[in-house]
Amino acid sequence: MIAGIDFSLLTVEIFTAALGLGLLIINLIVPGNQRSATGYLTVLGLLGILLVTLSYEGVEKTFMDGMYIIDPFATFFKRLFLVAAILVTISSLPFVKKLGYNEGDFFSLLVFATLGMMVLVSAGELITLYLGLELMTISFYILVSFKKKDAKSCEAGIKYIILSAMSSALLLYGLSLVYGLTKTTIIEQIASTLAAGTMQPLMALGIIFLLAGFGFKISLVPFHMWAPDVYEGAPTPITAFLAVASKAAALAAFVRIFLIGFPAYQEYWITLVIVLSVLTMVLGNLVAIPQTNIKRLLAYSSISQAGYLLLGIVAFSSMGIGAILFFSIIYVFTNVGAFMVVVALSTSTGSHKIEDYSGLYRRAPLLAVVMLFCLLSLAGLPPLAGFVGKLYLFIAVIEKGYIWLALLAVLMSMVSVYYYLLVVKVMFLKEPPQNSGIIKVPNGLQIAMVFSLILIIVLGIYPKPLSDLAMSVAHTFFPFSF
Amino acid sequence: MSGMASPVIFWVLAVVTVGAGLAVALTRNIVHSALFLVLTFIGTAGFFMLLEADFLAAVQILIYAGGVSVLLVFGVMLTRHGNIKLSNPLNRYKITGGIVAALLLLLTGGLILYSEWEVSPEALREQESTVSAIAVSMLSEYVIPFEAAALLLLVALIGAVLLAKGVKHSK
Repeated sequence: MIAGIDFSLLTVEIFTAALGLGLLIINLIVPGNQRSATGYLTVLGLLGILLVTLSYEGVEKTFMDGMYIIDPFATFFKRLFLVAAILVTISSLPFVKKLGYNEGDFFSLLVFATLGMMVLVSAGELITLYLGLELMTISFYILVSFKKKDAKSCEAGIKYIILSAMSSALLLYGLSLVYGLTKTTIIEQIASTLAAGTMQPLMALGIIFLLAGFGFKISLVPFHMWAPDVYEGAPTPITAFLAVASKAAALAAFVRIFLIGFPAYQEYWITLVIVLSVLTMVLGNLVAIPQTNIKRLLAYSSISQAGYLLLGIVAFSSMGIGAILFFSIIYVFTNVGAFMVVVALSTSTGSHKIEDYSGLYRRAPLLAVVMLFCLLSLAGLPPLAGFVGKLYLFIAVIEKGYIWLALLAVLMSMVSVYYYLLVVKVMFLKEPPQNSGIIKVPNGLQIAMVFSLILIIVLGIYPKPLSDLAMSVAHTFFPFSF
Repeated sequence: MSGMASPVIFWVLAVVTVGAGLAVALTRNIVHSALFLVLTFIGTAGFFMLLEADFLAAVQILIYAGGVSVLLVFGVMLTRHGNIKLSNPLNRYKITGGIVAALLLLLTGGLILYSEWEVSPEALREQESTVSAIAVSMLSEYVIPFEAAALLLLVALIGAVLLAKGVKHSK
């Protein structure tokens, strides 16, 4: 045992790594025709790890002067990733069964991606942070191009690798500049060094590079170009995971670096974040309107949701962070819910065109209803959970006096109602195509969908428990409201 | 490395490294580019030596000049290659690219010159070699990133195998 490290605090990470490695080995032992059953094992394992995280309630410890941080903020996000991973695993069961090869590896990579996210949100230091980020993205490169016979999946994989490598290089350059100027990689010490000294011009470049690097991972406009193509080409469950968990992980790391590391320069970077947020909300929502492919539509919608999430950072207060936490959880259920419908439909029809959703209400009422509620929640209509999430974000920026920004966000939400309702119209009002039968949905997927649906409605009507939790986590993480 | 020699060595290394870097981008033959890249790697290793980071210098030569460049040459050998101009569709944006690159250089250079740097002529550590110090820190304070890197390499390895081998349906 190395002095100064309490390894019991790393239980969650160690179990996740063990699950990932175990799945690899089991994949070798189990005969080929039963390999897709490793998916159930993955779900069980992830559920177990989720239970372990319960014992971390209120734990706030750091290793080695802040190298690695186990705080309520990190634990909150770890639970979010685990929940997202469980839902994604359930929704990828039919896909993997149909795929017919490398089943165990698929789930193992999914678990490693989750581990990367966990390291990313717990990292209190730049090298750890970067390695966590790379563990996550490298797992995603492979998962995105998993349908090797599908040209679109391969194209998506190559696009993601090249563009993501470029953004990682930018991020790394930014990190090296920050290290060069502060002579430390530990985020808390960076903050105290920066607060003590004067603003160095090169620091501005470092901050801009970091913003660009994270902007790519969170898919903010103008760094969003990769998202629609990759989201369209990737296997649908992976698209959901990419849109939800990887975005939340990068955002959490972004929050930690900028709010804890660079509060001294907030007046400079907050202006940039406002510009990015406005561009993202406007462009994401407007470009979503003409989309005819449901996955591309959801891609643009997830770009615009990232714009709303940035409002919480602009607020630069514990209220803003709480709003981000609350919105992220809601976002997991609504977005994964919507993607689960896409999975269920595409496994039986093989299509992702919005026009093929016509008359879905007649063919599969459950799918249509789940999609309806998810889309309305994404649009932010009361009384669904998405409304409450957006409300907190808007209140957080209004508190800081950015009323115009909140108004713009509301206006853009109105625009989003339009394109979400276009899908709803196709599902409910159009006649189903001739000779189309009833769509069968696997049991696991049905349970996961109903679970998401209930949460979206319940958290919309009675958001207090979750919002209390989010606010208290945010308050211990960032006890300022200025 | 001290006294009058090091500035001279620094400038020689700088000219060689940057010159070779430019040559990587500007030569038309991709094999020549790869060879110039090796020279850039060796130049960088020289900088590490100058900074008394002996282990890093050795690693730089072993892994980059030795391993990565051989991989690159293999990559070139195993793929189709003719005129390098055709393989890069971005060549159309010569003028725009040149302007953007020049602006970026001006901006970065200006910011570096205007920032204050703490310069110390003393050697950083009074040790014989940096190997043991690196080893100790990798397994103590940097143990988490170290393990994460191990898993990352494993995932990359599995991924490379998965993507490179053909599709074989399990029965």
